[in-house]
Amino acid sequence: MALLEVQALTKQYGKLEVLQGINFTLEKGQVLSIIGSSGSGKTTLLRCLNFLETPNSGKILLEGMPLFDGDSAAKTTAAEIRQKRLHFGLVFQSFHLFPQYTVLQNVTLAMDLQEKERAKQEKRKPNKQKFAQNLEKAKQLLKEVGLEQKVNSYPFQLSGGQQQRVAIARALALEPDILCFDEPTSALDPELTGEVLRVIRELRNTHTTMIVVTHEMDFAYHVSDKVIFMSGGKIEEEGTPQKVFDNPQSPITKAFVQKSKL
Amino acid sequence: MFDSEFWSINWALMQGFGSTLLLFSVTLVASLPLGLLVCFGSMSNFSPLRYATRVFIWVIRGTPLMLQVMIVFYLPGLAFGMPVENRMAAVLVAFIINYAAYFSEIYRGGIEAIPKGQYEAGQVLGLTDNQIFFRIVLIQVLKRILAPLSNEVITLVKDTSLARVIAVGELIRAAQDIVAQQALIWPLFYTGIFYLVFNGLLTLAFGALEKKLDYFKG
Repeated sequence: MALLEVQALTKQYGKLEVLQGINFTLEKGQVLSIIGSSGSGKTTLLRCLNFLETPNSGKILLEGMPLFDGDSAAKTTAAEIRQKRLHFGLVFQSFHLFPQYTVLQNVTLAMDLQEKERAKQEKRKPNKQKFAQNLEKAKQLLKEVGLEQKVNSYPFQLSGGQQQRVAIARALALEPDILCFDEPTSALDPELTGEVLRVIRELRNTHTTMIVVTHEMDFAYHVSDKVIFMSGGKIEEEGTPQKVFDNPQSPITKAFVQKSKL
Repeated sequence: MFDSEFWSINWALMQGFGSTLLLFSVTLVASLPLGLLVCFGSMSNFSPLRYATRVFIWVIRGTPLMLQVMIVFYLPGLAFGMPVENRMAAVLVAFIINYAAYFSEIYRGGIEAIPKGQYEAGQVLGLTDNQIFFRIVLIQVLKRILAPLSNEVITLVKDTSLARVIAVGELIRAAQDIVAQQALIWPLFYTGIFYLVFNGLLTLAFGALEKKLDYFKG
């Protein structure tokens, strides 16, 4: 069974149909790149998966279990949405680190607050040992993204590439089933994109399931197991990178691929 | 000059300053949190509450504080036959409501200036709305509103002189009594020094707070 299955997902803003029936599946450990020009609905799709937007209809299934079902009338509570969100991690285009916290605190914050919330629900004291474990885990993750020297720095003291690597560590700390990236290198100077892409490549080697919305065609070509090309709120073409980039069927895909001069 | 007259005048001014200080501190302590509640009302998704709050803010900011003090003091007696016994309490009620309205607008400006991405980053990390507000947004808001807040607090120090309109013996009233009874001019200047020193201390305190929050940008 596919890890993620999206069925006939639609999203409208007023009369504007941003997503017009999106269908795709993603297997565990795969890397999916979503490409396409601005306004094609890539980011909206990612935001729907992370429950930052509510789709108008369609289904999102995780290991066959419905996370979102447009047909079901049942209201989801805020707590349920929080639980569902945790299946996904999201790395933003402009990082959105918490400026008042150090690099280390940025990574531990959500883990610690979740322990506190769980303790509150179960009417017990937060587990001090858990906090110590969170701290160790955060240090390990920051080491993996090459920032062990920067744990006590504040976000404003870091370069864009470093900030984005912290954001990746912060998302990984919650062990999401699927890690999503929304144009993770678009806000970076060209010389800094490499360090972020390198981290994503390493994650691929550890079989992290990822969805990457990107304009880096070279990266999409070499790192993805699967590429989706979106245009006008629809999936215009999908398949292996070789199929989409080297042998596109749709004329729109052909034009896009040619323009991006791989 | 440092004769018994100086000390008796000093004592009278000190007593006036006591009332000023009481009015200032109680108003501040009560209206700062109350303003946050008013602010949430004015930003509510529930439109009747939002409109009611915005009308309230318009009325409070659109009329003189002096008039509000008089209304709070005279209304219960003249309209309902229950005269207000405690003048200071009436002044406090008017001041707290007035300053809560002003503070709420300062808060709103600060909250709306926080990038949406901060909320969304908290959401995708599975945080609750409360956690996002208190652990992520609040200190960033505080950093942004410190300058307008210090303006408002300093204005409050000087607004306390309006209490005399219903004969509460604050600092300026004490000074004016002395000037009228003893035909002396220097107590007026001396009174000014009270305000200057007090506001100077507040400015230093705000400066220290600003410096404390200087460790991060954003």
